[in-house]
Amino acid sequence: MSIIRKFKPQFWDTDSGVGPAKRLFNYRRIWRFAIGVLAVVALVPLLVMAFIDYNVTRHSLESENLLLTARTTSNTRRTVASFLEERSKALQFLAEHQGIASLRDCDNLAKVLESLKSSFGGFVDIGIINEAGRQIAYLGPYDLLGRDYSGQDGFEIAMSKGSYISDVFLGFRDEPHLVLARRVKDAKTGAAYILRATLDTEQFTTILTSLDLAGSGDAFIVNREGIIQTPSKKHGEMLTKVDIVIPGFSEKTNVQQISGKDGTNYTVGYAYVLDTPFIVLVAKETKELMLPLQTIRMELLWILCTSIFIILLVIVLVATYMVNKIYEADQTRARTLHQIEHTNRMASIGRLAAGVAHEINNPLAIINEKAGLVKDLFMFKQEYAADDRLMSNIDSIINSVTRCGKITKRLLSFARHIEVEVDDIRFQDLATEVVGFLQKEAEYRSISIQMDIPDSLPQFTSDRGKLQQIFLNLVNNAFQAMSDGGHLSISARESAGGKLMFAVGDDGCGIPEADIKRIFDPFFSTKKKKGGTGLGLSITYGLVQELGGTMAVESEIGVGTTFTIVMPLNITKKADNHENPAG
Amino acid sequence: MKILLVDDEVELVSAMAERLSLRGLDVDWTDSGVKALQMAQGCVYDVAVLDMKMPKLSGLELRRLISEKCPDMKFIFLSGHGSEADFKAGCKEAASYLIKPVSLEDLMAQIQECGCKG
Repeated sequence: MSIIRKFKPQFWDTDSGVGPAKRLFNYRRIWRFAIGVLAVVALVPLLVMAFIDYNVTRHSLESENLLLTARTTSNTRRTVASFLEERSKALQFLAEHQGIASLRDCDNLAKVLESLKSSFGGFVDIGIINEAGRQIAYLGPYDLLGRDYSGQDGFEIAMSKGSYISDVFLGFRDEPHLVLARRVKDAKTGAAYILRATLDTEQFTTILTSLDLAGSGDAFIVNREGIIQTPSKKHGEMLTKVDIVIPGFSEKTNVQQISGKDGTNYTVGYAYVLDTPFIVLVAKETKELMLPLQTIRMELLWILCTSIFIILLVIVLVATYMVNKIYEADQTRARTLHQIEHTNRMASIGRLAAGVAHEINNPLAIINEKAGLVKDLFMFKQEYAADDRLMSNIDSIINSVTRCGKITKRLLSFARHIEVEVDDIRFQDLATEVVGFLQKEAEYRSISIQMDIPDSLPQFTSDRGKLQQIFLNLVNNAFQAMSDGGHLSISARESAGGKLMFAVGDDGCGIPEADIKRIFDPFFSTKKKKGGTGLGLSITYGLVQELGGTMAVESEIGVGTTFTIVMPLNITKKADNHENPAG
Repeated sequence: MKILLVDDEVELVSAMAERLSLRGLDVDWTDSGVKALQMAQGCVYDVAVLDMKMPKLSGLELRRLISEKCPDMKFIFLSGHGSEADFKAGCKEAASYLIKPVSLEDLMAQIQECGCKG
């Protein structure tokens, strides 16, 4: 609570007042409004930028992933196509170079198979099929010489198109393999033959398994019906139907986002290998590919949160500072305005008092002179001089006139000093003059006034009118705070550093601690119901500031209050007592 | 020492003149500034006691007009008002400035002082 109180700005507990200006002086509302507007102006662009940046990064990462998958797929297709084509071309070269007659020789065919195995690898057997579909020469681990292929699709396709590459299948060998077939013509007879070779899938599979695919990336081959031709990590067993939908034919490599049967999203690159039944598939889990985005998102979130925190902190501090400054400016302005108003009012009262005093002074002077003359006449004629009763009556008239004269002269003096700006002042005289106005009230209320002002206090230069007002306000305030029979103490000292320190203390009701901070604020009053304006101490505070002084208050409930004022003591050279012609 | 008393209040100025006369001073008085100017033509007065505010011719104006012809004459101002302007002007232009009602002893002391200086 004490920390909150320490950081609570001055304007926080201010009443916004009443009337049409209520909204103007609602500082908390201004503060909230300033924070709201600044926060919206500062944070909205930041959030929009963060959102755009996140989306751009996401799109960029997606594009990069698609491109990478497409490139991997395309390269794999090229390798697979090259693998099959070089072996198919090798068969054609053999037939054209050696001729069918030479190849039909068993020993030669054995050499050729050995040569193919050693130079290319993957060849399991080799055979020659005549136009009738019968195998007329064969070298390999199985007994296939004389076997009839005329009913098989491969034979028909090879005969009509010139070459044939089969799907991977098990056949009676019960091992995955594929067949390459090439139509060749005998140079001598012109008869057509098929040169047929079987490849095992080991090298074929190695091409795909050796690909460096991060995480659970999977590269494999399916045929046009979607039957898996090489081992797949996640998408099905060999020679079974793949679990993802195969897109339609395209000569180009394509990448698509495809949803798997288990609901997982895959980024799938696919490429049809031309002149073969094969489709190369490279499938990666989209979630894995987008993992870097998670890191970026977290970093972005941290930066965003830190920025928002710093921005809000700065906004709150700046708004508090600015509203406090507005509050202080308003307070100073209100104090100044009311001080001017007060000064004007005092000047009016002064003029009125001077007018009244003047009007009374002339008849008083006449009474004075006439009474004086009567006394003189009696005094000069000895027969009345001994009449004590007559003389005492005349003296009484003259004394009463003198008393009235003192009152009017004091009024005139006070009124005249309201207009004075700078004057030489004896603080003793000023205090006595001010207290003189309240002397009668003090007597009626049995309030004792104790003045402790040393004679050694030097004469100084200051604004007499303002000092009078300060002093009168403080004494008036003390009178209001005290009950009948109270004690008022007035003291003055020359303090260190050439300053005048004077204090007005009372043993009145005291000021609650909660109000102490605000008693100098304009319009703050605990006596509003009793007609207090809340301007007395505010104006006094303003006047003290104008004279370059400071004002402090000490108070305790039930014990009393002491106001202490410290102001510069501009000592005048003249040390003798000031002769006041009005007094 | 010859003294001129000027105040628009006849009752005041006449009584004051009589009292001073009783104390042995040679006093002339008038309730008009214009008349006072005529009376002072011959520079026969040592001290003039003037009211600050009078109809037609104020005390200040009267003082200036008399001083032009009689530079050695001393002046004492009387005022019932005591405004700041009056106070400053009175203090500046006269030997003394007194506010009504004034005790005759004070007035006589000021007159004596003026006479001594003169």
